[in-house]
Amino acid sequence: METFNIIIVGVGGQGLITLNNIIAQAAFISGYDVKTSELHGLSQRVGSVETHLRLGKKVYSPLVVKGKADLVLGLEITESLRAISFSNPKTNFLINNNYISFMENISHKEIEEKIKLSVKKNLYLISASEICKEKLQKEVVSSIYLLGYAVYKKLIPLEEESVLKAIEKVIPEKYLELNIKAFKLAKV
Amino acid sequence: MKKEILLGNEAIVQGALEAGVDFVSGYPGCPSAEIGQGFLDIAKKQGIYAEWSTNEKVALEAAIGASFSGLKSLVNMKSFGLNVCSDSLFPLAYTGTKAPMVIVVADDPSCWSSAQSEQDSRGYAYLSRIPVIEPSDPQEAYEFTKLAFEISEKFNTPVILRITTRMAHQRAPVSLIKNPPLPRLRRAMGEFVKNPHQFCTMPPRVLEMKKELLEKIEKIEQYAEKSQLNKIDKSKKPAKAGIIASGVAYLHAKEAIAELNLDLPILKLGLFYPLPEKKIKEFIKPLKKVLIAEETDPYIEKEIKILAKDANLKIEIFGKGLLPEIGELNYGKIAKALAKILGIKYKEPKIAVADLPRRHPQICPSCPYWLAFSAIKKSAPEGTVFAGDIGCNMLAGVLPHNIQDFLFSMGASIGIGHGVKKSTNQKVIAIMGDGTFFHAGIPALINAVYNKSNLLVFILDNRITAMTGHQQNPGMGKTGDGEDAPMLKIEDIALACGVKNIKVLDPANFGELENTIKDFLNKEEVSLIISRKICALLVKRQQKNGNI
Repeated sequence: METFNIIIVGVGGQGLITLNNIIAQAAFISGYDVKTSELHGLSQRVGSVETHLRLGKKVYSPLVVKGKADLVLGLEITESLRAISFSNPKTNFLINNNYISFMENISHKEIEEKIKLSVKKNLYLISASEICKEKLQKEVVSSIYLLGYAVYKKLIPLEEESVLKAIEKVIPEKYLELNIKAFKLAKV
Repeated sequence: MKKEILLGNEAIVQGALEAGVDFVSGYPGCPSAEIGQGFLDIAKKQGIYAEWSTNEKVALEAAIGASFSGLKSLVNMKSFGLNVCSDSLFPLAYTGTKAPMVIVVADDPSCWSSAQSEQDSRGYAYLSRIPVIEPSDPQEAYEFTKLAFEISEKFNTPVILRITTRMAHQRAPVSLIKNPPLPRLRRAMGEFVKNPHQFCTMPPRVLEMKKELLEKIEKIEQYAEKSQLNKIDKSKKPAKAGIIASGVAYLHAKEAIAELNLDLPILKLGLFYPLPEKKIKEFIKPLKKVLIAEETDPYIEKEIKILAKDANLKIEIFGKGLLPEIGELNYGKIAKALAKILGIKYKEPKIAVADLPRRHPQICPSCPYWLAFSAIKKSAPEGTVFAGDIGCNMLAGVLPHNIQDFLFSMGASIGIGHGVKKSTNQKVIAIMGDGTFFHAGIPALINAVYNKSNLLVFILDNRITAMTGHQQNPGMGKTGDGEDAPMLKIEDIALACGVKNIKVLDPANFGELENTIKDFLNKEEVSLIISRKICALLVKRQQKNGNI
């Protein structure tokens, strides 16, 4: 397999690094080489955050180059639109249709229209936050729901079994059941 | 051999433990904070000593004390920390170490989480004559940390392990030796054996020491020629072009070669200083062209231009110009440069751009700074100069606050603020956090009082060093590993520094805060307000962990 490039985007504090760790661990369990790159500190304070994750037979660089992402995992819709610079016509966008407003005056609807126009048929715009709030009373696991969706829809080259093992490894025990539920909720 | 996924910084901790580190000191900064924290989390269990020091100079000095007493030490800091501790770093090169010492310095190309400057700390190698090692991934971070201790032990020199954001925060599988070091029952204690001949830099001895240092570096140069830190990835067939790379740039270069399906040799320099001159000369001798890939300043490039005068006059050397001197590299940038050098086609991907305004970092929604910033903004008369400082408080400079007229380095708000106050008739408010006050604010405050300034120092005391991920500081009554410690009160320190007007307020007491600012701005002497309220994130975390 050629190297598979994932960009995870969102806003500081949304749990990007946890999601990144689960995917990295799952790739490792599946026998892939894997490298990720993340940012901490200033960039985390409610600002835009992106992590890069590459998996494949042999991975050298930890960074995804612009235009080369195979999958954009978006935990927030504005940041997902921003990540369009990493995409090409084949890139899949799996996005939680969750809008976190910021100082600028752009509406959720505007962003939604823009992203539909730019990404077209490769767009998977999912109401993960709402689904998790409704079914599990916890919005915080929406990123795990999104990962489940990616796995079950085969948008990511990882099997259910290895991802579940990775979740067990990364998530603290007291939140494990909730996270597994969120993951499996995406299986329809 | 066991393999697990580690963050670069975690791999450094692992390597140091295996090397038998006894004593760890540091100051939290991004992207190095997980190193110090990693040691503090396990120090008690593992039987080692670890601390968050008040600043990097003190951190280095603590480690020097440990080294002189026979303990293996590691100091951790971000790039600018090296500037802070440089005053003691240079004499340390002269005295040398007794027990081995590794200084981890984390640079931040692209300034992802650094104000101040895009510093390439490798330059300190030339100033101090201290060996500098550059790992490129977590596997090397683990191995090179151990090697750094070995080199330090062999040559009685401190060794700088220079990392960058994309090394520190890179996660990858690491092969670890099977048995990690067993926890010690008791932490190691050394003995300070007096030896002023080695430890005192008093002239004229100091010049003798310089001679000894130069001789030592010559020996390390010979070592560099054979060291496994520098390696050549040979091409399958003899090639006319090659790459010399260091740090993460090596990974990008490997990726670029694979992407372009090329067969080029790479000389990877893991030891930046001193360079293996013979090895480099042999590498460039058969080549017509060579690309130098390093982050961010062209230090290696300049060295190679000099070496080429002996080894290969005709070789074309490419580096900056084709590769940027600002910002980090990636494999796309290197692939493009290689294509240009080799005259091959490189199809750059078409990049779509979303026309979106930047989402600036912000203070958190329930952060107590909102109230404090608002009070400052509302009470300061027009023309007031707002002096910025490092930490969460530097977000005073972004919308909607916009109260930051300059931003420099730790503690500089008071230092520069004093200069502005003495040079103008304007009001000056220096805005600084509690961690920064302890780190570098106190000498500046003394200077302002002593020289009869009358600026207003506004301390945002959120009871923690927050920006870098919640590390303890001297104001908290806890040491880095959570033990009870004397709680140093900023108001007591200010009083002892001769500040006449001091007030401690909860920012929720908004009216009084406003009135105090207005009142203090009209004082003839230095004034100091402490806006004290615990960091909102910390409250959340404590609730989550059941500490409240």
